[in-house]
Amino acid sequence: MMVNNSFRTCPDTGLKFFSSAENLIKANAVAGVVFLLIGGMFGLLVGLTRWQAVHLLGAEDFYMVLTAHGLNVLIFWMIFFEIAILYFCSSVLLGCRLATPRWAWVGFGLMVIGAVMNNVIVLQGNSSVMMTSYVPLEAHPLFYLSLILFAVGALIGSFVFFGTLVVAKAEKTYEGSVPLVTFGAITAAIIAVFTIVSGAIVLIPTLLWSVGLVGEIDVLAYRMIWWAFGHSSQQINVAAHVSVWYAIIAILFGAKPLSEKVSRTAFLMYILFLQLASVHHLLVDPGLSSNFKMFNTSYAMYLAVMASMVHGLTVPGSMEAAQRARGHNAGLFTWLRKAPWGNPAFSGMFISLVGFGFLGGITGVVMGAEQINILIHNTLYVPGHFHATVVLGSTLAFMALAYWLVPVLFRRELIWKGLAKWQPYVFGLGMTGVSLFLMGAGTLGVPRRHWDIGFAGTGGITHEFPAAAYTMLALNGMSVILAVAGGAAFCLIMVGTILFGKKLGNDEPMAEPCIVAPVTDEEYAANGGSAFAIPGTIVLALVFFVSFALYYFINWKYLAETWGIG
Amino acid sequence: MSSLSPPAKKIWWNEPIHKSELLWISLVFVWGMVMTFMMPYWHVVGKQNLGTETYKTTPKAFQATTQEFVDKYTVRTEGPRNYPVVAPPAGGDVYLIARLWEWWPIVELKKGETYRFHLSSLDWQHGFSLQPANINIQVVPNYEHVFTLTPNASGEYSIICNEYCGIGHHLMIGKLLVVD
Repeated sequence: MMVNNSFRTCPDTGLKFFSSAENLIKANAVAGVVFLLIGGMFGLLVGLTRWQAVHLLGAEDFYMVLTAHGLNVLIFWMIFFEIAILYFCSSVLLGCRLATPRWAWVGFGLMVIGAVMNNVIVLQGNSSVMMTSYVPLEAHPLFYLSLILFAVGALIGSFVFFGTLVVAKAEKTYEGSVPLVTFGAITAAIIAVFTIVSGAIVLIPTLLWSVGLVGEIDVLAYRMIWWAFGHSSQQINVAAHVSVWYAIIAILFGAKPLSEKVSRTAFLMYILFLQLASVHHLLVDPGLSSNFKMFNTSYAMYLAVMASMVHGLTVPGSMEAAQRARGHNAGLFTWLRKAPWGNPAFSGMFISLVGFGFLGGITGVVMGAEQINILIHNTLYVPGHFHATVVLGSTLAFMALAYWLVPVLFRRELIWKGLAKWQPYVFGLGMTGVSLFLMGAGTLGVPRRHWDIGFAGTGGITHEFPAAAYTMLALNGMSVILAVAGGAAFCLIMVGTILFGKKLGNDEPMAEPCIVAPVTDEEYAANGGSAFAIPGTIVLALVFFVSFALYYFINWKYLAETWGIG
Repeated sequence: MSSLSPPAKKIWWNEPIHKSELLWISLVFVWGMVMTFMMPYWHVVGKQNLGTETYKTTPKAFQATTQEFVDKYTVRTEGPRNYPVVAPPAGGDVYLIARLWEWWPIVELKKGETYRFHLSSLDWQHGFSLQPANINIQVVPNYEHVFTLTPNASGEYSIICNEYCGIGHHLMIGKLLVVD
């Protein structure tokens, strides 16, 4: 047996797991969960400090913890888990050995060193510069170095993924085109390369500046390049979690996309247009022309938004078509009612889909309009928005996948199934609250990254925010507690399963089947002759569209009511 | 074959697209066009379009210009910190400094008049957040941002900092007055 090429065929899924890839998927996924736990605990402290009646931390600690919270969950948790997804989508789905596992371990090592080092430096207190580390506010040089090490590690991981695709093609481990889920992962990895290169362009000079080798960093240039890194890193998450949505409906329903062409084109549009969205962060900056802002703000005519809205239809649509083909064909929504709502892989995925679309998607597009951004820039609305996209959307989708992937990978039965059944609902409800209440406070003008909106200690100059703002922050604090309880439950279930889950023998299948046979063409065709009629999804999509349009124009109305700005 | 496997038909790109999908794609494309149109449209008919006129400056030069402005138009001092209250002529220029951790000076404007604001930071990045009008603008050092504001209601407004600027960030608050 060659060490490099040993693999097992999973008795539950029929998928080939090469040991080199399997170990790396395990390592990256576990590291991700660890940083999710750390970052989530910091999030609890942030939420309890914003709640003015509790006001848990002092100012200095608050800014330090807020910096650590952002980096741990937004960067470390997400990227570790995404590297696991990349290896899964290449090696496992294509049935191919992983290219250069040694380099993959080097990448993993660099990411661990970077993430640990960053936490140590931030928690020493000299680097409370927030995730954005805007110059000329200065952090400890090791702060920048740790992020560079982490990024280099992630870049190596991306190239191992590309290498594995090349190996699979050369060794003919699959026929025809790569699966849709792998295609989505490719777009995520391409965006990752763009992201990491931007990160290097901005962080390397900043590191040199922090040790005195570079005289001055141009503030506006820093902001533009930093956001080419900062915003694009969130586009990796979008491409990755949309792939996860497709993967989960394939696993649970045997669904195939309504149209390969449409879904793949939509992914491709992410690569072409999403990066322009980085300019959303610069809409009220000096020095950039309105034409530049409008072109980029519209992602060159909202083509990336269109891509997301297409996925928003095709993911539930593919599920509906598969469910109808399997007999849940009555009425508009039987296919949805008969879905496995007690399976956290499904409930997590579906809450992620709805939350990302309705809360994250709509608000992101609205506040990204050049002029409306004046009302929203740097208010709490912004964190409200991205908790809907990154937490409710990406994190919950990754959690949903983990409920399926971790037992399959580790060959152990999931533990605490009762708790697992409730976990996506608790986490989803909590995070929906966080998102809505932060956005509500932001609409009332409450600033982000701010320790005390009561302005004690300013020597008598104060501003009175409406009482509703304080209520929103209190409700946000309660939602944070709920969400952190849900997040902690997830981490416990995962760690518990890995350590104490009932071990399965080599060829022993799980108690419950964990992958559904693909729906066949005959089954699709038997569905009333109209294989891809998706009336239920169309109704849901139209509800979404009407909400979007209403909310969009309401904000223009708000804008029209404020001062003249020219 | 599901989304986890290669497409069943090798030539998948010639498969027809279902009607409901086409319908949705057309709808969201048109919606994208509407939103693309709204921004330039607002530049023509809307009254809230942030100006982008910008000059390179230095903290020293900007502070000197602001001092001149304050010396010329100060009408009184006010508040616990005895800040100068500066009332420029209607339609005139206004200079406002952002620095650790204050907005300086206090400006007094007339309702319905349009003023040319010059805004810059003397140190780190700050966020101009005028409350409760909820107008939010990024403030950076070394660049002087020029734009106009036209108050539509009288009263006492607060300028809060909404870009994190170090340990005193939450202490950075200033006032702006609008009189009839």
